[in-house]
Amino acid sequence: MAINRRQMLKTAGVSLALTQMGSIATSAFAAKTVNIGFIYVGPRDDYGYNQAHFEGKQSLDKMDWIKAVDQEKVPETTDVQEAMESMIKLDNVDVLFPTSFGYFDPHILKIAKQYPEKTFLHCGGLYKDGVHPKNVGSYFGYIDEAQYVSGVVAGLMTKSNKLGFVAAKPIPQVLRNINSLTLGAKSVNPAITTQVIFTGDWAMPVKEAEATNSMISQGIDFITMHVDSPKVVVETCERKGVFVGGYHANQAKLAPTKYLTGAEWNWGKVYTDYAKMIQGGSKIPNLVRGGLKEGVVKVSPYGMAVSEAARKAGDAAKGALASGNFVIYKGPIKDNKGKTVIAAGKSYPQTDIWLESMNWLVEGVIGQV
Amino acid sequence: MSQDSVLISAPVATENAERGAAESALNWLERLIIPVGAILIGFAIFAVFLLIVTDAKPLAVFESIYRAGFGSWFSVQKTLIRAAPLLLTALCVAIPAQLGLIIIGAEGALVMGGLAAAVTGFQLNGAGPMFVIFAMALAGMSAGGFWIAISGALKHYRGVNETISSLLLTYIAIALLNHAVSGPLRDPESLNKPATPPIGDINMLGNLPGMNVHAGLLFGIIACMIAAFMIYRTVPGFAMRVIGGNVRAAQLAGLAVGQITLAACFCAGAAAGLAGMVEVAAVQGSASAAINAGYGYTGILIAFIARQNPIAVIPAALLLAGIGAASGLLQRSHGLPDATVLVIQGIIFLTILASETLYGRRRTST
Repeated sequence: MAINRRQMLKTAGVSLALTQMGSIATSAFAAKTVNIGFIYVGPRDDYGYNQAHFEGKQSLDKMDWIKAVDQEKVPETTDVQEAMESMIKLDNVDVLFPTSFGYFDPHILKIAKQYPEKTFLHCGGLYKDGVHPKNVGSYFGYIDEAQYVSGVVAGLMTKSNKLGFVAAKPIPQVLRNINSLTLGAKSVNPAITTQVIFTGDWAMPVKEAEATNSMISQGIDFITMHVDSPKVVVETCERKGVFVGGYHANQAKLAPTKYLTGAEWNWGKVYTDYAKMIQGGSKIPNLVRGGLKEGVVKVSPYGMAVSEAARKAGDAAKGALASGNFVIYKGPIKDNKGKTVIAAGKSYPQTDIWLESMNWLVEGVIGQV
Repeated sequence: MSQDSVLISAPVATENAERGAAESALNWLERLIIPVGAILIGFAIFAVFLLIVTDAKPLAVFESIYRAGFGSWFSVQKTLIRAAPLLLTALCVAIPAQLGLIIIGAEGALVMGGLAAAVTGFQLNGAGPMFVIFAMALAGMSAGGFWIAISGALKHYRGVNETISSLLLTYIAIALLNHAVSGPLRDPESLNKPATPPIGDINMLGNLPGMNVHAGLLFGIIACMIAAFMIYRTVPGFAMRVIGGNVRAAQLAGLAVGQITLAACFCAGAAAGLAGMVEVAAVQGSASAAINAGYGYTGILIAFIARQNPIAVIPAALLLAGIGAASGLLQRSHGLPDATVLVIQGIIFLTILASETLYGRRRTST
């Protein structure tokens, strides 16, 4: 029995751990009930970032040896420190998943030092070996791969050759999604442009709606986004009759006729893998990353509007990315000011750390950082 | 000016002296019983709300609130940490209220104070922690004070409604913060979470001795005590209350209404600015969008529950902090939504406001 479980874990661990720099020993948890606590920065049902994590938590429900509690709308202040400590002290939680990016520094780092016997797993990929406490782990996904596929589909479906992107802040993660979407679209339709509008913050429903409406009035006929809750943008697109690509979670329900596809997290897989590692008492890698190949991210099923040609092209891109041989950031690539950022012959595979300090927009994007 | 004040205060003082000790004790009792009663009635209404709207058992919910907010030393410390910034932001409302000004811009002053403190902190990093902390506090208080003084000046010189102007200044402050941390003051290291450079671990405000609570709590309590002393025991404080009672009368009496208004608004903003400094120096370590966390708005609620009395701000802040601390446990063990604590806060706010009319009834009936 134990051997079987170990073997299973080994495969799970290998498939999950793309980069492994260190690991957290969890032997103490083997074969007993494990209490896990999830903390979200927004509501569980936001059709976005937090819902994606909540759905991941729900996928643990079928494992009867796990007791998972969660707390929503916890701001990135001492509130989250309090929530973590309260879960540890009052709910006897062994493993914590504080999911918001801003929870890491200083909040998780501070509490993790105070409770070295507990495990803190943070969504964001910020762990640095030798700098951060050993009982901290970090996981993140290359969701821009899914945005690339979304771009391929959008590039073939657009009539006006104008795409729109409603973005929160000009930070590397967001810029990478914008660039990957645009590169995906340009790979099938070199004439396209992507108009980007930054709203300034993660949850600005009014500004998001304004941005969507102004893009639609400019003749843009496909819009996607990187904001915490895509609900407003998706609903506006459906109402105004333009195509929309989802983000974070599946929003097809909100735009039954106009939803093309979307870039989704697959936290259910990540959390299940972690749970199995914990149960088996195996070491948890401090850094877990992956894309389509590892199953950390996924592409929404195509909507009814997607043409046969676009489906084929989308599947081909998905297949290429899932095989792990295809590189999105392959030179020559120019930014939208005409400067060559990646020279011909040079390529940056997904795991390259250089991509994580991205501060430029690719040629074809209208907007500035 | 002091001569005028003496003239005005003379009849009040004699009136005070005439009242017996028993009378003032009864007054104190009234001031204690009415708000406590209002809070208890608020909890009763909340219990009815729970019975009607949810499946949760009110007694179990109250037990959880108590356990999460005050039930153990751990909970008490968490409540104290929550209360620390709220004490200071509540003062930002309570001090101008003495002059009859309704200032609701504590959030803006907090943000400006936090930003100024962070900039001072990382610029002076290396100059000795005591000095840096002192300079950060000074910078935070000055920036926050300046921010609310703008509202005071607009009110006094241009007749602009201070409630509206302080609220709008908050939006400007938040926009300035976001611009500064994602533009000119951004730490290039802060890739996906734009922030100013860190002030340095050595310059962080530590915990109070024997507790896991940062020194910001002490700042808050001292500030409340100083404010109460200033308002109730000094000539300028008396002048503030005269202006609050009747601006025309104050002007006729020769009080420098403009100067006092500006000074009071500056002190109010300085309190909220200090809260921003504490948020940077004791919690975040740098300024980012995270310092704009709504403490300024909760401060408004607390100041009103405390009926604008700086000493009463302390228990009011503890009560709201304790209720706020319960949010997590209510979600986790009763399946109640996060908004539950907002419902309690709202009900208590209303019962306290409704109880205002009860003051002074005792005297008329005897």
